[in-house]
Parts: sequence; C-alpha cells; structure tokens
Amino acid sequence: MKKQTVDSRPAGPKPWYDPRIRSIFFQFIAIALVFWGGWTLVDNTLSNMESRGISTGFGFLDETAGFGIIMSLVPYDATMTYGRTFLVGLMNTLLVSAMGIVAATILGFIIGVARLSSNWLVAKLALVYIEVIRNIPLLLQIFFWYFAVLGSLPSPRQSVEVADSFFLNNRGLYLPEPMPQEGFGLVWGAVIAAIVVVIGLRAWAKKRQLATGQIFPTFKVGVAILVILPTVGYLAAGAPLEWEFPALKGFNFGGGITIIPELAALWIALSLYTASFIAEIVRSGILSVSKGQTEAAKALGIPNSLTLRLVVIPQAMRVIIPPLTSQYLNLTKNSSLATAIGYPDLVAVFMGTTLNQTGQAVEVVAITMAVYLTISLAISLFMNIYNRAAAIKER
Amino acid sequence: MAEPMLKPPKSAISPITWVRQNLFSGWYNTLLTLVVGYLLVIGVGPVFSWLFFDATFLGSGPSDCTGTGACWLFISERLNFFIYGFYPDDLQWRVDVMFGLLALSFVPQFIERFPGRKWFGLFGLTGLPVVGYFLVPGGNFGLEVVESSKWGGLMLTLILAYIGILASLPIGIVLALGRRSEMPIIRGICVVFIEVWRAVPLITVLFMASVMLPLFLPDGMNFEKLMRALIGITLWQSAYMAEVIRGGLQAIPRGQYEAADALGLGYWKKTGLIILPQALKMVIPGIVNTFISLFKDTTLVLIIGLFDILGTVQSTITDPAWQNVAIEGYVFVAFCFWVFCFGISRYSQNLERKLDTGHRT
Repeated sequence: MKKQTVDSRPAGPKPWYDPRIRSIFFQFIAIALVFWGGWTLVDNTLSNMESRGISTGFGFLDETAGFGIIMSLVPYDATMTYGRTFLVGLMNTLLVSAMGIVAATILGFIIGVARLSSNWLVAKLALVYIEVIRNIPLLLQIFFWYFAVLGSLPSPRQSVEVADSFFLNNRGLYLPEPMPQEGFGLVWGAVIAAIVVVIGLRAWAKKRQLATGQIFPTFKVGVAILVILPTVGYLAAGAPLEWEFPALKGFNFGGGITIIPELAALWIALSLYTASFIAEIVRSGILSVSKGQTEAAKALGIPNSLTLRLVVIPQAMRVIIPPLTSQYLNLTKNSSLATAIGYPDLVAVFMGTTLNQTGQAVEVVAITMAVYLTISLAISLFMNIYNRAAAIKER
Repeated sequence: MAEPMLKPPKSAISPITWVRQNLFSGWYNTLLTLVVGYLLVIGVGPVFSWLFFDATFLGSGPSDCTGTGACWLFISERLNFFIYGFYPDDLQWRVDVMFGLLALSFVPQFIERFPGRKWFGLFGLTGLPVVGYFLVPGGNFGLEVVESSKWGGLMLTLILAYIGILASLPIGIVLALGRRSEMPIIRGICVVFIEVWRAVPLITVLFMASVMLPLFLPDGMNFEKLMRALIGITLWQSAYMAEVIRGGLQAIPRGQYEAADALGLGYWKKTGLIILPQALKMVIPGIVNTFISLFKDTTLVLIIGLFDILGTVQSTITDPAWQNVAIEGYVFVAFCFWVFCFGISRYSQNLERKLDTGHRT
C-alpha cells in the first residue's frame, strides 16, 4: 500500500505566529531581563560598597563579635565569633518557635473543640476569644505582654516566690535546675528501653487485634511502662539527681534555670495568637466530617469515645493538616518579631547587632533569608510526608 | 398566583428549656457552666470597672488621672498625635479630606442597596490614590510640602496598608499568570519569586528594604524611608496576592479556557476578557483577607523607625508626664485595629456567602 504523503493542511503559519517560536522568544526575553536586572543590581551594589568602604565575603564570620547576648542555649561570650552569634540566634529562634508550636497546637485544639461544644457559654467564650485575638496585631500583643504585664511584675527583691524554689519578678521566672549526677545514664537507658518496649507492644497489640479482634489497652499500659521503667532505673541508680535552686545574690538571682521575660512574652503572645487561627482550622476540620460517618459508627455499635478517636479525628486531620502547616510556618516567621522587644533571636542578633557592627548587609541578609527559606522548606517537607500518610488511600 | 412562602414555624422552645438544653444538660455540662460562669464573673467584673466605671474620661492634664481605673484622658489628649503623627496642625484638613473620601468609597460597599456603590468602589481603587498623591505630600497646586518623615499615626498605617494592597494587586496578577504559564522558564522565575518572598518574614524584608535597597540603587538615586518600606511591603505582599489570585485562576473550569480557544481568542484576549474577570470576582474575599493580615502587619514598620499608630502610642507611653498609661495605650490601638479588622472580615464572610454560587469546577 502506498503511503499518502500529501499534506492537506495549509502552509504553516508565519514564524512569528507560531506559538512554539513565540514561546521560545518570550522566554528568551524573560531570561535576558532577569540577567540584566540581576547584573545591574550586582554592579550597583559592588560599586556602592566600594565607595562606602564595605568589605565583602564571608570572612567576617570568623571575627570576634565583642557583644554580649542575654540568652543563649550554647555556650557564648563576647570573645566568640560572629559565626557563633549566628548559631546562638538560630537556636533561640528554633527554641521559641518549637515552644510556640507546641503550646499553640494544644491551646488551638482545645479552643477549636470548645467552639463546637454543646455548652452555649463555652462555645460563645471560644468564639469571643478567636474573634478578639486574631483581629489584633501580633506585635501589639507582644508589647502588651512584655511592657504592660511582665514589666509591671515586682523587682527581684520583692519577687513572688513559691516554696523557696520558684521566683517570679520583672527579670524573669527562676526555676530549680536539675543537675544529673553520676549514674544518671541508667535513667536515660531506662527511658530508651521503655520507648522500645512501648513500640513493640503497640505492634503486638495491633497484630493481635487484626488476628483476634481483641483490643488491648495500649495507651494506658504504654503510659504505665513509660513512667515505671525510668522510675525504677532512677531508684536503682540511687536517685542520682540534685537540684540547683535559684537564690538572690546582690541585686539579681543566680543559679537555676531562668526564663527571661522577653522569651516569656514572645512565647505567650505567639501561642495565644496562633492558637486563635488553629482553633478555626480545627473547627472547620471537625465540621468537615459528614454526619453520616458518626451515624454509621453508632449503627455499628462503636461507643462514643471511640467514634471520636477512630472515625472523626482521623478524617478531620486530613482537612486540618495543610492549613495547620502554614500556621506553623507563620508562627516561625512571626517569631522574628522578637527583635522588637529584644529577645535575641536570629533577626535581632544577626540581622540587628551583627549587621550593624560589620556593615556587611548583603551577606547577613542573604544568610538570614536562606535560614528562613530552609526552615520553611523543612517544615513543609515534613508536613507533606505526614499529609501523604494521612491522605485518603484510594484503591 | 404563587402561594406566599410560609415562614418556618417559630421554635417552640421556651427560654427555660433552652437554658436546660444548652447550659445544664447533664452533670458535666452543669459543672462546666458553673465553673466557667464563675470565672467569667470574677474576671470580667474588675476589667469592666477598670475600663469604664473607675476610669477617668474628663480632665485637663495628667494630674486628673488619680482614680484606680483607666486614664482615657491620656488617649483624648494625645489623639491628634495618634491619628496624624507630626503632620502640621493647620494642614491636617488635607488628611481629613482623604479620610472622608476613603469612607465615601468603601462604606457604601457594606450597604447592599446603595445606588451606584460600584462606582464609589472604583473611585476608591483608582481616583483616591491619585488625589492622595497630590494632596497628602503637597508640593503642587500651591499646597505646602509636608515631608513623609512627618507622617504618622493612623494615617500612616492606612497609607501603608492601602498602597501595599493596591500596588501588589497588578504584580500579583502578573505573577499568578506567570505561574500558570506553559512556558517553563517564565513559570520557574515566578515560582522562585513567589516562594522566596513567602518564606521570609516581613521583618527581614523591611530590614532589607531599609538597609540593602540603598546599596542596590545607582549612585545619586535614593528613596525616603517610607518609600523604601512601601517597596518592601509591596514586593512581599505581591507574592501572597499571587497565590490568592492563582487560587481563583485554578477554580475557573477548563471549559472556559477551551471555549475561549475555540472562539479563536489570543492569550491576552482570553485572559483579559474571559478568565481574569471571573477569577478576580471569585477571589475578592481572599483579597480582602490578605488586606486584613497586611493591615495588622503594617505595625512592623515601627521596628525600622516609622511612626505608625502603634509606634506613636509606644513612643508616648514612656512620656514621664503620664504614669503607667501603657495598658490604656495598647487597649486603644487594639480597639482601633479590632474595629477595622473585625468589620472587614465580617464583610468578607458576607461576600463569600454571596459569591458562592455553588457551581464551581
């Protein structure tokens, strides 16, 4: 059979009407514009920095910082390098973000459930909380807690004290610090052993339930193991833990753990603010589970407490997780407001003091932005993995 | 003639039954109501007496605030500063005109049957910025120049939020279209731009705008602090705006694109006449919500040294003439923001309900 090679289409379009050629042309222009813009910026920046005598490069990270930081999780003093200040700031940012995420999640879930309570008073109270808190700027709330509430606490000499070991004053909250003595390793060993046992128990219980249908009280037994094993280890090692108590020395307290008011104010404000958003997410998530699901569970004879845990919450989580992720991201980004009250987070320490001292704006800003970009990507990656695990498994 | 629709029967629940059902059903609920109610009574009482009953409203100076309640005198005495910043007293009518025009443009939007409210809104989006551009800074038509360093208070907050939203809208549209483009390089550029801005906190953007922008610009070209903040806010906001608009673009059914193609419309005609009008209408609530969050975020400019409403209050409460007026100041600012944000969010929810025609995808 002869192949017909006659092209019945009219002659092809003119090159400048061909979508593919146009597309290549426009993309070429876009690249050219981006490169031109970038080059102009770099060129301007270099000549500006030269004329102002600003040095370039990342060598400044090894220079001595020479300023103190009021709070650091890693050992730090003024003789250390700018690189170290970066680490201190980063740790402080991560600390307040993690604390905020935990508190905001707990509070948000409680308020979100309270919003759906059958008790009118509780539901309305939750509504008022949500509508008031989320419509007031976060910075204002931070100021309120820091200057108005914590600022009006008594001075160290008139501290509020509980049992001679907890002190609260306008310099912070002082707690006794646990000091592990020799032999404390046994307790850590017991904790790890308990976790392993509980994981094994869970796997066994699940297997048994699939095989026989009998439900094992995994949660209660697991908690019991987690409490008992470390306690036994602690006593077996001869109670190797001492407490260092804070005490008034001169004008201020020494010893123990200090929660500085900056951290407390930031933490409270971030948690309360984000909780109001999480509460709305939780509410809409729970409402998104159709009533038929609860009714079907009832028809199957599943008790109410199990219905919530096995039917409603797993399905609600699917709706809740994606917006919850973006709230966690927002909280982490909002923790940068620390700089307004002097909590030494990444922005305050690195983009504030370090930038002012070295003048190397481009490098410092680039590093800071890269850190936030990494944190954002990491949280979304982690949550995406969880989301995939929780998503509907369609066959 | 159709039968007049009957109203649903009035609920037959008496107040006592309602109370029993909603507050005292079962021992658990009763206990909860009693505990929460008790806490509410002992908590709210002192707050109310501090706010109103024990508060000082009238007087002539700090010495009149002797009571145990709030000192609202502080607010009323410094109100001028909180609203206009350092804007000269005799020129404040210019700002008042802008406030009036702003109200005229947007208050009708809340009233369903206001005649021609669309035109008022359109004026707010196009004419108002032009009028403001000439009126607020002055310099033309024989108006005295008022430098931007003298602007402050509520006026500055509104300027930042309003220009931020208005300027980020077109950039956001372009970015959203770019992200949906079929050209991989253009899509890539837009994705990177959007994701980078969305990942960094506004405060770093403001720092960057105030510290790095002068380095980026060629010699002899420089902006005032306010302008730099506005550039930073606009770039940052446009990334969020792009994502909101992309949501609208994605909600347009494929058939609309295909129908436009079938009619032989080119890309710009298809986008401008078919897709964008529908998409933008759909995302109005989203845009309003972004506006609310931007409005709250404008308070951050006080960190780079601009005096927005929170900045003016923050700088005044440390005034030694007034003792312990921090809470009054914060409550005042919180109230201002709350009224704006709550009102606008209610409007947006209303709009959402009205625009939701129920046949998307």
